[in-house]
Amino acid sequence: MLETSERPLETTKRSSYSPIPLPILLAVAAVVWVLAYQALPGLSDYISYRALGLEPASHLGSAVDFFLLDVPKILLLLVGIVFLVGMLRSYFSPERTRALLGGKREGVGNVLAASLGIVTPFCSCSAVPMFLGFVESGIPLGVTFSFLIASPMINEVALVMLLGLFGWQIAGLYIGTGLVVAMTAGWVIGRLGMEGYLQDWVYQVRMGETGLEERKLDFPGRVAYALEAVRDIVGRVWLYVIIGISIGAAIHGYVPESLLAGYMGKDSWWNVPVAVIIGIPLYSNAAGIMPVVQALMEKGAALGTVLAFMMSVVAISLPEMLILRRVMKIQLIAVFAGVVAVGIIIVGYIFNMVI
Amino acid sequence: MEIKILGSGCSSCLRLEALVKEVAVEKDLEATFLKVTDYKDIVSYGIMRTPGLVVNGKVMSAGRIPSKQEIATWLNTAGSSKGTAL
Repeated sequence: MLETSERPLETTKRSSYSPIPLPILLAVAAVVWVLAYQALPGLSDYISYRALGLEPASHLGSAVDFFLLDVPKILLLLVGIVFLVGMLRSYFSPERTRALLGGKREGVGNVLAASLGIVTPFCSCSAVPMFLGFVESGIPLGVTFSFLIASPMINEVALVMLLGLFGWQIAGLYIGTGLVVAMTAGWVIGRLGMEGYLQDWVYQVRMGETGLEERKLDFPGRVAYALEAVRDIVGRVWLYVIIGISIGAAIHGYVPESLLAGYMGKDSWWNVPVAVIIGIPLYSNAAGIMPVVQALMEKGAALGTVLAFMMSVVAISLPEMLILRRVMKIQLIAVFAGVVAVGIIIVGYIFNMVI
Repeated sequence: MEIKILGSGCSSCLRLEALVKEVAVEKDLEATFLKVTDYKDIVSYGIMRTPGLVVNGKVMSAGRIPSKQEIATWLNTAGSSKGTAL
């Protein structure tokens, strides 16, 4: 899970000092971005096959071309999408989300909580105070869980990797099914009536009044916020991207076609649960794992298995469970992990059946 | 004045603390620093995001690391109204 960390915000109003208006700068940046993105396939072919003189059909040639295309593509997508998500997130805050969820019934609450989980800035280090804030204001436990599941599962890095490596249809499928898993898993946990399995002190917590005025961000403030998100997230994941794509490129070039169909194809029933179980202890390496998984898929692994693995990596993570352990008893954590894992496994099977 | 850093020891909390100390030294302000790491106490300030910065009992920021100028302004204001200091 790649959480958006607590980002420092700059309040400088750059536009007022800059000779060129900010919207024009952004428009120019967008045009440059699109041109660069479109030039990539030609450029990587040119470098691999002309400049380096490699054979397109050779193992090395196909691996190098894969690497040279995917690394800049993913990094460009990362910058673009993290920026856009940052702009969107600047309109949301945990306090506002809590207010929106307050007084909502289960059902509607689960749907809203999962959706807000995508756009609310969230960091696993703030998971506990947010959890306390939600519980204290009377938001049902299951609704709170829908938020806690969706928030890490549908994150901008996962989205970029899926978009860049598998295309927008699969990225869309991931978001849609991720939302459904978060809503229903939260709803199920709510139905199980686990309220007694929070740590006892949780119910004694009283939220104070902050008196902290919500900062009103102007447009340059939002741009600064989004740029800070780009700096923070790209700074944290770029190395994983490169390592992951290197391994993916090697598999792409050297592993024979359909080698994996027997192990990871749709015919073997056990591959989805195994993929989910392997994914649980892996953490925060979605950026590094996805290129490998994509290369495996090319060699015959099934889509549902791949999606289930990806969800398991980001949605169920040991560090997050350890953090939540401070507010929950072990039984509730086990139910949480179990319900989400079952949801993900069902998603995996459905996709393997349908596609 | 009394400065509290709210947070359970995440890296941003440490960075915030270092930054505020830096400003206090630069401005030659006398301040006592307290770390609030207990979640119950953190939430009692009404915030859901860490790190939080509390100056003389008032929450100044939450969930972000403010700029140096912002911190300097807060500390200056708090430092000048000595009567209300704890």
